[in-house]
Amino acid sequence: MQRSFLAQNPSVIWFIAILALFTVVVTILSEVSGVGVISTSFIKTLGKTLCLCLVAITMDVVWGYCGILSLGHFAFFGIGGYAIGMWLMYARTELIVIESLAAQAIPSTAAEISDAIGNQIFGVVGSSEFPLIWTFADSLFLQLLMVILVPGLLALAFGWLAFRSRVTGVYLSILTQAMTLALALYLFQNDSGLRGNNGLSGLQNIPGYRDVPQATVSIIFFIASAIALGAGYVFFAWIVSGKMGNVIKGIRDNEARVWFLGYHVERYKLFVFTVTAVVAGIAGALYYPQAGIINPGEIAPIASIYLAVWVAIGGRGRLYGAAIGAAFVSLVSSWFTGGGAPNINLGFYTIQWTDWWLVLLGFSFVAVTLFFPKGIGGLFDLLMRKQS
Amino acid sequence: MSMLLEVSGVSVTFDGFRAINNLSINFAPAELRAIIGPNGAGKTTFMDIVTGKTKPDEGTVIWGDRNISLLGMSESQIAMEGIGRKFQKPTVFEAQTVRQNLAMALKNPRGPFVVLMHKKTKLNAARIEAVAEQIGLSDSLTRVAGELSHGQKQWLEIGMLLAQEPRLMLVDEPAAGMTPEEREKTTDILKEAAKTRAVVVVEHDMEFVRRLDCKVTVLHEGSVLAEGSLDHVTSNQTVIDVYLGRAHA
Ligand SMILES: Nc1ncnc2c1ncn2[C@@H]1O[C@H](COP(=O)(O)OP(=O)(O)OP(=O)(O)O)[C@@H](O)[C@H]1O
Ligand SMILES: [Mg+2]
Repeated sequence: MQRSFLAQNPSVIWFIAILALFTVVVTILSEVSGVGVISTSFIKTLGKTLCLCLVAITMDVVWGYCGILSLGHFAFFGIGGYAIGMWLMYARTELIVIESLAAQAIPSTAAEISDAIGNQIFGVVGSSEFPLIWTFADSLFLQLLMVILVPGLLALAFGWLAFRSRVTGVYLSILTQAMTLALALYLFQNDSGLRGNNGLSGLQNIPGYRDVPQATVSIIFFIASAIALGAGYVFFAWIVSGKMGNVIKGIRDNEARVWFLGYHVERYKLFVFTVTAVVAGIAGALYYPQAGIINPGEIAPIASIYLAVWVAIGGRGRLYGAAIGAAFVSLVSSWFTGGGAPNINLGFYTIQWTDWWLVLLGFSFVAVTLFFPKGIGGLFDLLMRKQS
Repeated sequence: MSMLLEVSGVSVTFDGFRAINNLSINFAPAELRAIIGPNGAGKTTFMDIVTGKTKPDEGTVIWGDRNISLLGMSESQIAMEGIGRKFQKPTVFEAQTVRQNLAMALKNPRGPFVVLMHKKTKLNAARIEAVAEQIGLSDSLTRVAGELSHGQKQWLEIGMLLAQEPRLMLVDEPAAGMTPEEREKTTDILKEAAKTRAVVVVEHDMEFVRRLDCKVTVLHEGSVLAEGSLDHVTSNQTVIDVYLGRAHA
């Protein structure tokens, strides 16, 4: 008899149950329910953290399961953010412009309205023309499609070139870094069509819902992020637990053996790379409306390296490990860098965590790699062993 | 009789060193063949060429009834054509169970989307059990391959070849690191397999080769030095000089 997917994957039930409980408790404690123990800004932090957990899971699938150390998955995350940001910014500016022009005696033409929107959005980079890439910015549906298509097609094209030439290991990692670097440098330019280093802003305001308080908006995005994370978890657990999972783990452990078994390894890598890129894009599209702003700095190569660090600390090769690593490290990181951690006065020198946090993170990464290769997730193995 | 695999005039050079030198060798559809030869003779490199891992500088490799050329095909295409290969160093997926190892090798469609939607069936389970029976790992199906003994790993890898249902099995040093009893069992598995397909075995151990009781090809410096029965080749003076003499020295 074939055991069901859930019976084979108890961690899925646990993960979903804990995530659901967490979501309900946070919602009850938020300002929306009237309790208000958790501030709206912290709700946003939690919602963003859930998105980071999701992108970390994609990283774990591509690296921890398939053995491709992609140092470019945060680029796909950023692209998702830009894609949804374009609609958010366009639609809201359009409403504002129409409203202000409505006060005039003579009704404005469509061209005038378009010019005014262009001026509002691109004034900061000394332009008012709509670049070609904004063609679909007025359609929520089409921009949502972009959230999926752009990371997907980029990953497909990049992966096809890289995997077909049998680029592996550190060379592949360097190529993915080059990809993110190129993308970030392009976006930094004023004539990139995406407002250069200003990036896209005001993304927390949902067009047409100006009267809805941020407390409500934040909880809606928080819940949406939780649902996306839960769905992503189940989806990837399904992928890695079946025969597909056997093959991609085989590729990780012994690529040549998989080739000689008759599997076209390149196609499997391409599949994993592309699917994870798409989900990373979705995670980004949920993250940036909660962050309120996206700029090219978000896509900097270092962001993708952090992603690998989170997964390593959480424990790669297990999906919940990646989620725990992302949540733990990103929350601790914002505590340290946000001035939450007390500075340590050594008399002759004061350790200021805003400066020293990265050093601490670096050491933790080295320590985990050397002494706890299974990461935080490895603790669960210890617990399980004690029980049995 | 038409040949299953015809390798003719093949040469390979690594950084100026000729590992395979104008090699010609043929295999019939159902035969057992042993390839022997000193270290560095090019036995593994020959398998690399047939399985698409190494591209030869010249020569042809013609396969099957349709006489297609294997050169220029990817490793996976060649495997799907019906050529299975066991590596010199046993390579199984150590992190996965014996059953999972065999399930991956089982002859089935190999495309990502088919594999993604793959459902376990009774038929496949029965095929896996049949192979496990052949290699003596029926009781170890749920064990993680990394826990197996060295000999069992070798058998598992042979089992993975059998599960692929190839028409040609290339088996590189299957008995290395095995106890005498394990060797005996390995010969049985290979002889059984050769009843329905071509099996090519590279082996250094003369006792093992003798027990295979088949035609022997001696490779030396990348080409065929002698071919025939074991007694025939071992009485050849050049073979004694370059290979046997050294082994017994
Ligand atoms: N990729 C490679 N690059 C350079 N030289 C190689 C390569 N592969 C094989 N060689 C060389 O080619 C020669 C033949 O090697 P091969 O592994 O085929 O020998 P073999 O007959 O299998 O020997 P053994 O019995 O030791 O396994 C050796 O001298 C080896 O060093
Ligand atoms: Mg060899």
